[in-house]
Amino acid sequence: MRTTTRRALAAVTSLLVLTGCALSNSSDDAGEDSTKVVVATHDSWNMSKQVLRRFTEETGYEVTVQPSGDAGALTNKLVLTKDSPVADVVYGIDNTFASRAVDEGVLVDHAPSDDPGGEFEPQDATAAEQLTPVDYSDVCVNIDDTWFARNDVPPPTSFDDLADARYRGLFVTPAPSTSSPGLAFLAATVAYYGEDGWADYWQRLVDNDVKITSGWSDAYQVDFTQGGGSGDRPIVLSYASSPPFTVDDTGEPTTSALLDTCFRQVEYAGVLAGAANPEGARAFVDFMAGREFQEALPDNMYVYPVDPDAALPAAWAEYAVPADDPASLPESVIAAHRAEWLETWADVTS
Amino acid sequence: MRRRRGFAGIAALAAVPLAALVLFFVLPVAGMVARGLWVDGSFDPAGALQVLTRSRTHEVLWFTLWSAAAATVVSMLLGLPVTFVLYRLRVPGRRLLRALVVMPFVLPTVVVGVAFRTLLAPSGPLGGLGLDGSAVAIVAAMVFFNLAVVVRTVGSMWEHLDPRREQAAAALGASPAQVLRTVTLPALAPSIVAAASVVFLFCSTAFGIVLTLGGLRYSTVETEIYLLTTQFLDLQAAAALSLLQLFVVTGLLYAAHVTRTHREHAVDRASARSVTRRVRRADVPVLLVAGLALVLVAAPVVTLVLGSLRVDGGWGTAHYRALGTVGADNALLVPVTDALANSWRVAVDATLIAMVLGGLVAVVVSRQGRSRGERRGLALLDAVFMLPLGVSAVTLGFGFLITLDRPPLDLRTSPLLVPIAQAMVALPLVVRTIAPVLRSIEPRQRQAAASLGASPLRVLRTVDLPVVWRPLLAATGFAFAVSLGEFGATSFLARPQQPTMPVVIFELISRPGADNFGMALAASVVLALVTVAVMATVERLRIGSMGAF
Repeated sequence: MRTTTRRALAAVTSLLVLTGCALSNSSDDAGEDSTKVVVATHDSWNMSKQVLRRFTEETGYEVTVQPSGDAGALTNKLVLTKDSPVADVVYGIDNTFASRAVDEGVLVDHAPSDDPGGEFEPQDATAAEQLTPVDYSDVCVNIDDTWFARNDVPPPTSFDDLADARYRGLFVTPAPSTSSPGLAFLAATVAYYGEDGWADYWQRLVDNDVKITSGWSDAYQVDFTQGGGSGDRPIVLSYASSPPFTVDDTGEPTTSALLDTCFRQVEYAGVLAGAANPEGARAFVDFMAGREFQEALPDNMYVYPVDPDAALPAAWAEYAVPADDPASLPESVIAAHRAEWLETWADVTS
Repeated sequence: MRRRRGFAGIAALAAVPLAALVLFFVLPVAGMVARGLWVDGSFDPAGALQVLTRSRTHEVLWFTLWSAAAATVVSMLLGLPVTFVLYRLRVPGRRLLRALVVMPFVLPTVVVGVAFRTLLAPSGPLGGLGLDGSAVAIVAAMVFFNLAVVVRTVGSMWEHLDPRREQAAAALGASPAQVLRTVTLPALAPSIVAAASVVFLFCSTAFGIVLTLGGLRYSTVETEIYLLTTQFLDLQAAAALSLLQLFVVTGLLYAAHVTRTHREHAVDRASARSVTRRVRRADVPVLLVAGLALVLVAAPVVTLVLGSLRVDGGWGTAHYRALGTVGADNALLVPVTDALANSWRVAVDATLIAMVLGGLVAVVVSRQGRSRGERRGLALLDAVFMLPLGVSAVTLGFGFLITLDRPPLDLRTSPLLVPIAQAMVALPLVVRTIAPVLRSIEPRQRQAAASLGASPLRVLRTVDLPVVWRPLLAATGFAFAVSLGEFGATSFLARPQQPTMPVVIFELISRPGADNFGMALAASVVLALVTVAVMATVERLRIGSMGAF
């Protein structure tokens, strides 16, 4: 009995000691001051401390990053908190969600004096004044070249091929309702086949035994033949920048992207309305458009810089070429039709 | 007069956890629901409730209910034999097995989804069963996650249930089945009901697992709320579904309450050493079922371990050695080892919060009310602390952002938010592990102590603590495991410079490249092993604390 009590006391004491360390260690960056810039972003954010340190050296502002969910969750979070924003600046709203952020009045006007991403500007005028393009990625169908060589089948090259009986049961894609590359692929098919034709195309895909998963990692890592597991589908929806990750012993990638099946996702940055530190927010948007940040993008976040003069890593220049003529749609069209497309899509595929 | 003060003191104990619940649960959820019900400043519940008439909503609700119910029943059918074998029979390695059973509980859902699909996909070892993307796969994964809840919750009660009643019944000629039905199960009923309600709540709000394994054929109320909130910003519909969730959960808790109050009574107890017995021939069927359950738990785990050891077509530990780095092509901001340290710190904080609040709640709700009103109040209190398990994490997460946004309560950027959110998830488990045991203490013991002049604190220490000490440790280990494995709320709130293990595992598995995939699996195995180590240590503490020597 007495042992019990003593042990209880010992346990509680040691727990308190442990917690003491824990709490003191985790409360390092609380509090607000004018030297901080808070960046709201999605959970793919990954920028080296070195680059962020350069920003602090140049401007005196320190960066705090707040990630949350994907581009959709990020945009909705900003809309919900617009009366009392969680951050000063946002990075990661893409062209499929840009209209919602702009229409809801989440952002204020700002354009960097030196804006290298002119050709990626949003097509809508208000959006163009508020959003600064930072990077883009081409969502494209990828294929396992080794599988096609081994089975002596000519690899597919186009949207139509994917619905061809020769490629029956070989294609896996994440769903547009639960995955942002999935939505990009749906938009690509809408752009390619038009308002009246895309649903038929999807019906043909379904008839050709397309596999639909909920997320990218599921499609690529489980079902794709070159993913982490032992999948059985050699055609997968991924990015134009994926092939360099599959370079094998011979120094050649085992996969390639079909550049005629791409949709361009552009990611923007913008200054939030009601930002506690608007000065710092503007400075960070300008920094993201600057050369150093632009050149750090491919290695850290696997996206292409919008600055055409930014240097690309060697493997990218060779194996991760972006599409010449990717599909795109005005962001206001995507915003206006997204719900209706997804409903039609669900009807076709279920 | 003195009695009244006693009850007032108990009520005061409840004030702290109640305040936490209001602040970190009621307020955020109410805030989100209100956003959906008030459209452009005017109250318009009809617009939101119209969602409930859609046929899709009915399908979703039906699937949510039946899948959760099926998973609960299967978890109980498999979990109770496992509990019996691990807590009542002297099987070799039972302590290790008790700790191993908890492994699935901390594995990130995205990894479990991949592990299950690797097994079940047409190209996988179990591909021939044709279960990929089926409802069976979803229910199996739910059972995989929740078996631990049954084993731990019921185990902490069963392991010191006095066997002499069962022996007496057997001596009087009762068959083993009769003994089970008339003696053992009634005595365990409070724990079983507690475990079943927790499992049901976990399953009915399962999210990642339904998305990954269900493909798009199946959705639950939880996945609908997620899509409506994060993709469509349809707050009206999301609010309606959140209310529907609350409604279902309340109904369930009421049913559980009715079942429990009919069966709750003090039980005789004995030390753990005297209740275990040697394995007999008659135990073979039970051992077989328990073995089957353990295989179900082990298969995906083995898939993970094998995957983590595959390096470039051969075998090796390269992925484990890579955990000290930031991954291939700088996939991460911090090495996985740093993330493990972060997870550990957050888990200690979260466990402490959950244990303090959960302990207080358990003490309060296990008191016997003196009047009808008091009893009702206690039952209500008991139920409200279960609610966080039954409500959408997305609603709660967004609710945090829109309600805790003004000083002095601007907690949105506080580093404490992650442990607080995790503690809210762990709290019901803590209460459900401790309260049934506290309730099973003969109240006359407390009355005797009090009449001999012991203060309430002293009664707690001398009557309750010795009995509840072991469940308390079990609950601590459980809360720790919940915190280590929590992903939904954490990914929403954690900061990138201080990610936890599940967050970095998610990042690794979301990148192409075999090395990142291998590291994700290796990190999951490490996370699971750390949990097992913590649980096993807790087990040790428990043995010593009973003063068995």
